[in-house]
Amino acid sequence: MTDTNDLLIDLSGVRKFFRAPDHSDRIVLDDVNFQLRQGEIVSLLGKSGSGKSTLLRIIAGLIRANGGKVHYRGQPINGPVRGISMVFQSFALFPWLTVQQNVELGLEALAVPAREREERALEAIDVIGLGGFESAYPRELSGGMRQRVGFARALVMRPDVLLMDEPFSALDVLTAETLSADLLELWLERKIPTKGILFVSHNIEEAVAMSDRVLVFSSDPGRVKAEIPVPLPHPRDRDAPAFKALVDQVYAIMTQRPLRPVGAEPLSLGYRLPSATPHKIEGMLETLLEPQFNGRADLPALADELQLPDDVLFHLLEAGALLGFIKVDEGDATLLPLGRTFAEADTNDRKTLFAKQLLSHISLASHIRHVLDERRDHRAPEGRFIQELEDFLSDDEAERVLEQVIAWGRYAEIFDYDYTSGVLSLPEEEEENGSAGEDVAAE
Amino acid sequence: MPRTIIPGAVGLGPNLRPNAWDLAVLPLLLAILWVLAFGSAQMTTPYNIGDPLPISLDPGDLPYYLLRSFLRMAAGLAVSLVFTLVYATLAAKSRYAEKILIPVLDVLQSIPILGFLSITVTGFIALFPGNLLGVECASIFAIFTSQAWNMTFSFYASLRTVPYDLREAADMFHLSTWQRFWQLELPFAAPGLIWNMMMSVSGGWFFVVASEAITVNGQTITLPGIGSYIAMAIAAKNLTAIGWAIVAMLVGIILYDQLFFRPLVAWADKFKFETVPGEEIPTSRLLDMMQRARLLRAFSMVPGMIWERSLILFRKRSDGLSPPPGTRLRLPWFDRIWTVFLLCVAGFAVYRVGDYIKAEVGLDEVVHVFLLGLATAVRVIVLIAIAALVWVPVGVWIGFRPRVAQTVQPIAQFMAAFPANLMFPVAVILILHFHLSVEVWTSPLMILGTQWYILFNVISGAMSMPSDFRAVADNFGLKGWLRWKRVILPGIFPSFVTGAITASGGSWNASIVSEMVSWGDTTLMATGIGSYIADNTQRGDFPRIALGVAVMCCYVMLFNRQIWRRMYRVAEERLRID
Repeated sequence: MTDTNDLLIDLSGVRKFFRAPDHSDRIVLDDVNFQLRQGEIVSLLGKSGSGKSTLLRIIAGLIRANGGKVHYRGQPINGPVRGISMVFQSFALFPWLTVQQNVELGLEALAVPAREREERALEAIDVIGLGGFESAYPRELSGGMRQRVGFARALVMRPDVLLMDEPFSALDVLTAETLSADLLELWLERKIPTKGILFVSHNIEEAVAMSDRVLVFSSDPGRVKAEIPVPLPHPRDRDAPAFKALVDQVYAIMTQRPLRPVGAEPLSLGYRLPSATPHKIEGMLETLLEPQFNGRADLPALADELQLPDDVLFHLLEAGALLGFIKVDEGDATLLPLGRTFAEADTNDRKTLFAKQLLSHISLASHIRHVLDERRDHRAPEGRFIQELEDFLSDDEAERVLEQVIAWGRYAEIFDYDYTSGVLSLPEEEEENGSAGEDVAAE
Repeated sequence: MPRTIIPGAVGLGPNLRPNAWDLAVLPLLLAILWVLAFGSAQMTTPYNIGDPLPISLDPGDLPYYLLRSFLRMAAGLAVSLVFTLVYATLAAKSRYAEKILIPVLDVLQSIPILGFLSITVTGFIALFPGNLLGVECASIFAIFTSQAWNMTFSFYASLRTVPYDLREAADMFHLSTWQRFWQLELPFAAPGLIWNMMMSVSGGWFFVVASEAITVNGQTITLPGIGSYIAMAIAAKNLTAIGWAIVAMLVGIILYDQLFFRPLVAWADKFKFETVPGEEIPTSRLLDMMQRARLLRAFSMVPGMIWERSLILFRKRSDGLSPPPGTRLRLPWFDRIWTVFLLCVAGFAVYRVGDYIKAEVGLDEVVHVFLLGLATAVRVIVLIAIAALVWVPVGVWIGFRPRVAQTVQPIAQFMAAFPANLMFPVAVILILHFHLSVEVWTSPLMILGTQWYILFNVISGAMSMPSDFRAVADNFGLKGWLRWKRVILPGIFPSFVTGAITASGGSWNASIVSEMVSWGDTTLMATGIGSYIADNTQRGDFPRIALGVAVMCCYVMLFNRQIWRRMYRVAEERLRID
């Protein structure tokens, strides 16, 4: 083990739960152990909702853990620590302050004298490549430049540890790569005093390109599932076989668990359904059918072909797997016979097939359909289902999951939804002749 | 560089010697200061109830009266602002305070403003015996009650909606509570707050005019001001004097706009969180001059420095590592006890008020007053409907023609600010002359001043409607009613609701002065809860004033909850364009 003086951040057994409305606890992080040592860049990957942003905020001192040890240089963290700074996904700049005023904000809060403040701010602005824009307001700047302000604002504090919450995901690909390369250069050439960087990412390639270690989080509850060291020297060639192999490996780990075999026990009602529109699922299945893949695709290649960010792709893959259209293993997506039938079918047959899979595999969908069938007027308010979901999920997440199942149910025409009144109902033509829906509902 | 809340302190140049701009600004500012000081000194003259306060109808005295009214407005606004900052902050920061403060605010904003006046004036007079300041305070308090509530709600809503990432950034960069208030919360809330201040002042002129001539125990006290001048002119049936008063009022409203709001709005433009592309940037000649004048900049350094010092003084001491000073205990059952306690207090208060009214007035009268309220409610509904029928098409027509809108919009806003009670005598003369029905023809007075809110909101709604919508409608050949139903009405609905809410609230308030109007010794009275309150105020019948005010309050709250809030929700959720 390394010398403890080397340890910047030390977490052990960290737990975090949020209280659900029914006073039960929803566990977000469970028994997380992690250490950040001097001189390393570590990235956190994981499905959305796996608690990686929560973990970042616990280290930042913005929220408190419910249990476990959270230490910075051997001392417990009880609030935002002076030696730790953070860069936000949304930039979080104050729009009424100029670039320089934004950068000076943290120094001003700590009552650093005006002259020193100005010197340090100008220096940070210069280092990050924003010289000349000191008096501009954020609204005058492009996204990439705004995030540069975000970096300058964090770096001017001369942080020991720099935390970054998906710092490049709000930027276009080119801007993101330029900015991350610039940051890496500052780091490698020791132009910034920062001793360690920890960042959350949803882009596997970006994570592998930048970090010395990649941590993969599992969700529900969030914990560290795997740790992949990246021993490649900088600068890293994204086309090199060794690099590609690592990216493949991370893809494989990230898609390792899920993918329940078809016909396994139904999902629990509160399963976090992935965000994937039916039309994107259609698109993915059609792409898999194309001759270049012929029913089987390497995930990085598929991501490239679909032009989708990794997090969106993972949602799509999960949706496809849940519905029994594809299976995902060892970093490959394979079209199942049912998926092939679906991709080759016309719109109406697709809908019938989708409805059948939805009702047999997604218990929330069959539950809703069941309730609507039972009720005499075949209508039910959405609040009823949200309440049921809130036993398992946070308010926002419950709403998102219901919204997702509604989108699927509408596509499959197994139920209808009225936005204004928030009422779910059976589709109209079925309501009229009562039992017509049953050949769909019956498996 | 320090940023301050004082315009002009940004960018202290090394050269603070006076420049040409100082020549223009300094005399102007000194003159304003002197006038304000002179006017304020007049507020605290000795006075005993019964002393005559002669008001002359000489137009030459009008500037002085205008100044006094102007100051009352300014004092009301200042008090409202302080109240807003404290009250809304408390409500937004403490869960326990929130549970009392927000419902109380909801009730307060439903109480007719002139009802406040009748109830509080005796208390204020007792506070400053032998001095006019008591009466001044009562008048200022009435103005305050007409201004504060919407400002407070706006500020509270802003505090609750400060973007989460900015709050996290403020924490991350070690801002203390005090620093966060000044650096994040206040700037974020500023545009909404300033807009509401403008609305408040606009609505406030009505009450300045109405609250200067106060009746206490049958004695009428006339505070020197425009309102008293008008009351005097009405009593003397002097039409020329009323004409002069209208001119003076015009000047007052324009001065407020030019000297105060324009610079403020232009300066606060940078606090806008999102900018709509193509939107015109507000400018102010006065602000430009103030920002260029060097000496002024030097003056503003003093408050700027005090502010800076306070930020340093109230900074966060924790470095995030030392244990926090005592973690706060959170008892889950305390919330419930607190709620039960509040409900008990509220229940007891309702019981006591009910008991008092029952003992003093009797249940029959309560029923009677509720019926009177119904009469006024019918008036309000009918009038809003008529105003909507008239002003929605007009507003849309204007809003779709940007050139016309540019000229009409300020006029509509000005009309909203203009105290309609100045026009009441004209109505009385007309009603008398043509022998019209008092019940019907006094009603339009209620909406005389408030209809403009509908107009200018509809105009701005039509102006901000994306032009694609109209292009699509043209493309598909949507015409006539279909075009209105599918495109125009949904597009302007949110703005219309905003305007109608203000108009409706204003009309209830105005009913107190519009259901009972006088000209000389003729008094016209229409049946309604407004005239009931006005009549009992003149007689000094305290229990009946309280009853009238309470009943009207019930009606207004019912209206807000059952009609406006629902429409607002529909507008927010379904018809929002984003």
